[in-house]
Amino acid sequence: MSEIWTAVLVLSIIGALFAAVLYIVAQKFKVVEDPLIDEIAEVLPGANCGGCGKAGCRAMAEAFVKQGNMEGLKCPAGGEEVAKKVAALLGCTPEESEPQVAVVRCNGSCSNAAAKTHYDGLQDCAFANSLYTGESGCAFGCLGLGNCVRACQFDALSIDPESGLPVVDEEKCVACGACTKACPRGIIELRNKGMKNRRVYVACRNKEKGADARKSCTAACIGCGKCQKSCPFGAITVENNLAYIDFNVCKMCRKCVAECPTGAIHAVNFPPKVERPAAPPEAAKSEPVATPAPEAAKSSEPTTPNA
Amino acid sequence: MKTFAMGGVHPEENKISTAAAIEEFPLPQSAVILMNQHLGAPATPCVAKGDKVKVGQLIGKAEAFMCANVHSPYSGTVAKIDTCKDAFGMTKPAIYINVEGDEWEESIDRTPDIKRECTLEPKEIVDKLKEMGIVGLGGATFPAHIKYNIAPDKKAEYLIINAVECEPYLTSDHRAMMEHAEEICIGVSILRKALGVPNAYIGIENNKPEPIAVMKAMAAKFEGIIVEPLKVKYPQGAEKQLINAITGRRVPSGKLPIDVGCVVSNVGTAFAVYEAVQKNKPLIQNILTVTGKKLPSQHNYLVRVGTTYNQLIAHAIGTLPETTGKVISGGPMMGKAVSNLDGPTTKGASSVLVIDEGEATRAQETNCIRCGKCMNACPMGLEPYLFSSLVKNRRIEEAGEHNILDCIECGCCFFSCPANKPLLDEIRLGKNLYRGILMAKKK
Repeated sequence: MSEIWTAVLVLSIIGALFAAVLYIVAQKFKVVEDPLIDEIAEVLPGANCGGCGKAGCRAMAEAFVKQGNMEGLKCPAGGEEVAKKVAALLGCTPEESEPQVAVVRCNGSCSNAAAKTHYDGLQDCAFANSLYTGESGCAFGCLGLGNCVRACQFDALSIDPESGLPVVDEEKCVACGACTKACPRGIIELRNKGMKNRRVYVACRNKEKGADARKSCTAACIGCGKCQKSCPFGAITVENNLAYIDFNVCKMCRKCVAECPTGAIHAVNFPPKVERPAAPPEAAKSEPVATPAPEAAKSSEPTTPNA
Repeated sequence: MKTFAMGGVHPEENKISTAAAIEEFPLPQSAVILMNQHLGAPATPCVAKGDKVKVGQLIGKAEAFMCANVHSPYSGTVAKIDTCKDAFGMTKPAIYINVEGDEWEESIDRTPDIKRECTLEPKEIVDKLKEMGIVGLGGATFPAHIKYNIAPDKKAEYLIINAVECEPYLTSDHRAMMEHAEEICIGVSILRKALGVPNAYIGIENNKPEPIAVMKAMAAKFEGIIVEPLKVKYPQGAEKQLINAITGRRVPSGKLPIDVGCVVSNVGTAFAVYEAVQKNKPLIQNILTVTGKKLPSQHNYLVRVGTTYNQLIAHAIGTLPETTGKVISGGPMMGKAVSNLDGPTTKGASSVLVIDEGEATRAQETNCIRCGKCMNACPMGLEPYLFSSLVKNRRIEEAGEHNILDCIECGCCFFSCPANKPLLDEIRLGKNLYRGILMAKKK
């Protein structure tokens, strides 16, 4: 019988020893994690889209806790709702920021930029971009092979079969910026949603000289500068034969849209223009200057939670 | 008979223009000379608008390390210095010249006499290659002066001359060997002297019995030139495969041929070296094949750099056949489809290949059946099917760990795939993305 007792005794001693070692190690290498990280991670959307610039939602939660406030950190996918929840957990006020949306800055549709060659290689924009200019011959335009569509985690992008260009579903787009990184030509840009979702932008990225740009696309920006001269707010700059409208300065008067000889400037979500031949020019000018700034801030806020 | 050890395929040879003797291509009225016709940074224009230039005059100076001089192939007036769309539609810096007459620089020896003696020292030969803007004419257009400037801790043991011409259709090297065997052998001797190696090996595939005979007869008159007939297998003309075929050595992953004591140059480069060193003639002309199964006639031309693809086609056959699917610059395996026929040819252009619609269209892609044919065909011992799925899922670093950068882009995997998967496209994309990752890590 004594053998059994010896065995029990020896095993008990070994067990006690191991337990002591495990306890000491556990104490020594203890990782204290703020429970707040888990709570914030719970609130975040969990799509790991990377729109915030962090590796994922958990990394973002860690960044929030480490910083202690929300300055400079923003979850574009979650929007205002998530920002409010995170702010409540952190005990700070959410940062005010203009809601944004992805905008496709190319108008090289099948009819505007007719295909001069045919491509049947790998259906991947990044590869086609490294190979040649694209079917229309424009080295800056959309290749239409859908890298942005595949990058979108929110199902907000699709290729329009008629024009061959990506279309942004404004309801679904959360402005995470994944498509802007996926596009090898940098065609998609995040722009402010603007008052009542209205935007004015140059739908072209072609930096070639006017004649060369027109050769590959009839709707290309030719860098003529007419829009720049027509803009009363100095929102338009022309650089390298390409116009750009700064959305922070633009008051959406749409003067440039009428001036553009190729129709490269797009105005979206505006009501159809009513032709008023004898509109007093002074009134038209002063109205948009005086009112939009405060109104833009007010009206854009309530629209976003629904979006 | 020797060949390389691993992988390889046997595409249809289609060498239908072997009998066409080299013709001199007529001068155009105006021409565009690209400033980057070589691997590396573009040359800097050193003439101004309105300047008169002569044939062989330096117009683009190599200022960066990886760069080569560009000389004017025409005499006339510089119309403008601007950008130009190359054959693939990419905008590149270029010099436009209005061609007037054909006045050559006096320093260039235009007599038909063959000059055998070369009194230059090895260092002077390399300087001469740099001055004359010589680049590798095997396809990569690697500046020759960098290749032949061997680092002091490395030693060249073999000089290998690539006359394999393993790409189907191409016959420019074939014709060059038939018509300029002596010049080529002198060029090889000059390169041998520059490196200080005892022997130079000229590798020729045995589907070219005539050039083998001509070169063997000529090489017998020279010291240290050995003609090595090789068993036909694509891609024997790839640098690493040719080294393996001739010396049995294998270039380790990420290393250069010089690390195993080898220097490889194309037979066309040897001819250009002869002209540069012995005749003072810069690289302004190259031999170009215009071929295609449906073309009424086949041609080999001696073409000045800057001739457009349209001019070549118009002079050779008038108009393209209606059923043309693709015009390819280079061979059918590694060449690139030309999307802008108004683009100018460059130093490295070797052919204008017109492919019929039926042959140019890709077959419908189906699923990978894991048959492993791509692995057996890969001459670098890589796993193309693996890269395909890794790249598709953007697991680029993993592809890098499996040595995606070792791929020589020969196209054997795509050629052998029964599922018609665009394996090479995916690998090329993966290589580009992986290089981007490596660059970002360096910064």
